[in-house]
Amino acid sequence: MEILVCVKRVPDTAENEISVGAGGSDISRDDLVYAVNEWDNYAVEEAIQIAEREGGNVTVVALGEPEIEEVVRREMAMGAGSGLMVVDPAMDGSDGLGVATVLQAVAQKAKYDLIMTGAQAEDGAAQVGGMLAALLDWPYASLVNKIEVKEGSLRIGREIEGGAQEVSDIDTPCVLSIQTGINEPRYVGLRGIRKVASVEIPVLDAAALALKPGTTGPAAAKVKRVDYFVPAAGAGAEMLTGSTEELAAQLVDLLRQNGGLN
Amino acid sequence: MATQVFALIAHTAGKADDSTLELLSAATSMFPDSAPIGLVMGSGADVATVAQEAAASFGEVWSFDQPALAYPNAELLRPLLVKVLPAGAVLVLPHSTLGMDLGPGISVKLGAAYLPDVVGFDGLEGGLLKVVRQEYAGQVSTHVQADVAKGAVITIRSGSFAAAAASGAGKVVDKSAEAAGLTSRRRFVEVIAAKAGDIDITREDVLVSIGRGIGEQENIALVEELTEAMGAALCCSRPIVDAKWLDKSRQVGTSGMTVKPKVYLALGISGAFQHLGGLKGNPFLVAVNKNPKAPIFQVANVGVVADLLELLPELTEQIQKAK
Repeated sequence: MEILVCVKRVPDTAENEISVGAGGSDISRDDLVYAVNEWDNYAVEEAIQIAEREGGNVTVVALGEPEIEEVVRREMAMGAGSGLMVVDPAMDGSDGLGVATVLQAVAQKAKYDLIMTGAQAEDGAAQVGGMLAALLDWPYASLVNKIEVKEGSLRIGREIEGGAQEVSDIDTPCVLSIQTGINEPRYVGLRGIRKVASVEIPVLDAAALALKPGTTGPAAAKVKRVDYFVPAAGAGAEMLTGSTEELAAQLVDLLRQNGGLN
Repeated sequence: MATQVFALIAHTAGKADDSTLELLSAATSMFPDSAPIGLVMGSGADVATVAQEAAASFGEVWSFDQPALAYPNAELLRPLLVKVLPAGAVLVLPHSTLGMDLGPGISVKLGAAYLPDVVGFDGLEGGLLKVVRQEYAGQVSTHVQADVAKGAVITIRSGSFAAAAASGAGKVVDKSAEAAGLTSRRRFVEVIAAKAGDIDITREDVLVSIGRGIGEQENIALVEELTEAMGAALCCSRPIVDAKWLDKSRQVGTSGMTVKPKVYLALGISGAFQHLGGLKGNPFLVAVNKNPKAPIFQVANVGVVADLLELLPELTEQIQKAK
């Protein structure tokens, strides 16, 4: 099974507090630590497990600034056989459809049975996978938390409300967006990264993908982010202050008054 | 010509989803000149029942009753909507697991702008619609502007728009014939209900809940000591279940359990809407987080900015002494 996994480099929210930057046109990017989007990492792990079980190859693709290389290499170190980078300043400012259009061109350069994305990104809109499927006219399923390979189709589970799982059969080729928790992504050590350090990763641009002018980038975007802001705070919580002992003492009182100590 | 706005009415067991009236309210806030039309898709008697219920608030409801729609998944609904919606239509969906499945693809097929997970509205001028979204699990908000002249697909976050009031008797138009012959490359098999856990957190009055801020699995022991001292039950947010540190049956949130405790002590939980969506009944909410800007402090009654590893042992000890 030939699998393409689309990954995104994003600020790591476990490592960073995100705040609005000066002027509000962007978040404050000073000292941000970047990482692979968490959902995408689960998608790569799932793809590798399928390839290990069923045979085939996993290709990881990322789109963006040249720094995406660190993310692509990290995912290759997990066990993805190939990597691809799409770097073209003319694509900066693309909306979700612009990104999906680029990925459509990437997908059509080879023959894939399955394309996976993360279900959403920290800074995204949970949209690219579904748009890509529509552009390719392939079936799609979002929030996938189980994949079992069958002949010509996949038996998949989708995570739906209330912790239930919706099970379906989906024909291949198809696009799936992957929910966290579907597997336990393997650890990537420095040794693993070193092993793939010299593997060549092709870098593509709009010309290499034969993209029609005006299909990506800011001019093609129907949807534009105007600004970032922090909404006016409501009353908010009563914030307790004091030493650890004093904080604990106040909490004990408040919990008792409100029936929190049984 | 006024924009034609359509709202997808999700339903289960013959009842319209809670999102229905919120979608109507969102649609009329954004497009005040429109008369939104409700769309009910399904199979059997439920369709008529839900369509009648929706017609109490929508001026017009289109109903689609076909055996193929017994479980109306997005792969079936998408081609049907492409067929029946007029050019330039605006489609409003709940930002649910169905809306997320349907929305991105239908926007492409309709050639319409896609605005997902909208939490607010900030103006419509000259075909440009401005809405409010959130990023980074609610740490920052954004204004997003879209050209909706050629239509739009908008998904609405639950609880963001006040439910509209019933406006009288609308009419139901049976469009079942247009849904004939639907096939899909994704075939529904079954829904597997969530497995019950060793304790039922939905029935507990006092819950101690942990999130990513607990740091390491070994730190859960500190929380278990506190939970025992309080006589409370332990639950968590999604990252703890993803890491397999606690069972799925302990997860509070839209993709987990909905709980209604009297007291909720949130430890190291940032307060993403998916988590808060599972917390009902307006409990006394105490939040402890090391990040003073964590969104949970906006909704908590009492907040403490502290290092959990320092605070928890002290709190446990004082509770034990106080007993």
